[in-house]
Amino acid sequence: MNFIKLLESLSDKEALTKKTSRRDTFQQMKGFGKNVALASIPFGLAATSSKAKAATSSMAAAAFQASATDVLNFALTLEYLEKEFYQMGLDSGVIDADDMVVFQTISKHENAHVDFLLTALKDQAVAKPTFDFTGGPGGLNLDPFNDYPTFMALAQGFEDTGVRAYKGQAGALAVDNTLLDYALQIHSVEARHASKVRRMRMEKGWIVQNSNTLPDAFAPIYAGEENTVQGGVELKGMFGDFGGDDALTAAFDEPLTMDEVLTIGGFFIVQD
Amino acid sequence: MKSNEIKNDALEPSNGRDRRKFLKLSGMALVGGGLLLSCSDDDDNMMEPDPTDPDAAFDLGSGNVGILNYAYALEQLEAAFYIEVLKGSYYAGASAEEKAILEDVTNHEIIHRDFFKAAITAAVPAEQVLPDLEFDFTAGAGVDFSSRDSVLATAVLLEDTGVSAYNGAGKLIDVSSDTGAVYLGLAGKIVSVEARHASAFRDLVSPNTSNFASDDVLVGIGTDPAFDKAVLPADVLAAVIDLKFVVTPFTANNLPTA
Repeated sequence: MNFIKLLESLSDKEALTKKTSRRDTFQQMKGFGKNVALASIPFGLAATSSKAKAATSSMAAAAFQASATDVLNFALTLEYLEKEFYQMGLDSGVIDADDMVVFQTISKHENAHVDFLLTALKDQAVAKPTFDFTGGPGGLNLDPFNDYPTFMALAQGFEDTGVRAYKGQAGALAVDNTLLDYALQIHSVEARHASKVRRMRMEKGWIVQNSNTLPDAFAPIYAGEENTVQGGVELKGMFGDFGGDDALTAAFDEPLTMDEVLTIGGFFIVQD
Repeated sequence: MKSNEIKNDALEPSNGRDRRKFLKLSGMALVGGGLLLSCSDDDDNMMEPDPTDPDAAFDLGSGNVGILNYAYALEQLEAAFYIEVLKGSYYAGASAEEKAILEDVTNHEIIHRDFFKAAITAAVPAEQVLPDLEFDFTAGAGVDFSSRDSVLATAVLLEDTGVSAYNGAGKLIDVSSDTGAVYLGLAGKIVSVEARHASAFRDLVSPNTSNFASDDVLVGIGTDPAFDKAVLPADVLAAVIDLKFVVTPFTANNLPTA
């Protein structure tokens, strides 16, 4: 399964040198099924590493939350993906001349996000996975660096996923005010990017219901955006004079969990 | 906290009808543009308005309720602004694309505003819910609702302010309760929509440039500029005061600062 491999890619460098024993651990975890494994494995903390002891006790906790390091490595993996995608796009010549400044700007930001996360994580940082932007690992056959509409579609998908991914980790970072600040500061920049790319593709800058113009395979990127329950209150039908449920769903972006994001990211990560 | 202190010598009550209230509080809190603000250190309880005084300005309150009222104030400001935009001649003559964006954003801000009112009303007694604020968009530099440049510049300012405000408020939300965690989640759900708005308006001002996320609105964290700002309530409110659009006085004496 992609996500098992992805878990490995999210491990710290020290753990990567102990791949065999860790793989055994993951093989054992696999038996519990995808969601159980994802819910119980502290990301970035290999079960065989010296940090595993602390992690093991937290695994017993019913309300598991990833550690700050795990969240930052999760973020780093997404930023690696975006950084490489835009750099390859800029290098490939696929981008229309009129749009070069936009994608240069986004690329510069993703590079800075990677730089920041590497600095923050120091020797805890995960290595960059091998990416395949044809979507081959997900059974797709895309050609983003020769086909501009495909490049833009993927850019939108990555940015909207990024917004939802950071949003999903706010709670896990709430234990550390500084990290929460930083994550929020990246989160809204991804949203600026997403709005711009969406509008270049003639979509609205905001997500209405779960509708989108991406290939069907990317439906998970927008799954749940049609939510109308906020703060535990069903708001459906309450804003008939103000754009109705379309405006309601657009007015609130929705989070994705780590495993939901990893499923999407797994389309583009080569398993070794 | 020093950064939360506002100089209270620079601003005068700008509006005669509120002068009496300002005088009452003179020397105790910042006044100007209808907004009152002071630092919220623990030793300034004497600055809390007397709830038995009908003339006392509303205080946003403390803890999570204070943060919710703060967000509600900002959403009231945004919603009121766009409602005025939709009555103006720039909107009437705008392109279909710009009209659609303005209509959508107006709806989103009204939804945010009404959602906060409902959420706060559900959480605390009515007297702790920020009342409906009055705004005057002709005050200060004023907005020219017939001017595309004036409307879009104000929209950019308000949306960028909203982004930096929510980013700065996230850490002030007490998540030790389940409710607090929900509030943080809601702030996250809203701030990215504000950022989507900011990006769109900035792009209307300067199409297909870096303006949708330009260096002037971003900061670096040991890197090139690539991060939105995270601004504390005192600084956001000071900037809002400077706009002079908020007529109804209120205080922010008890908001969390860290």
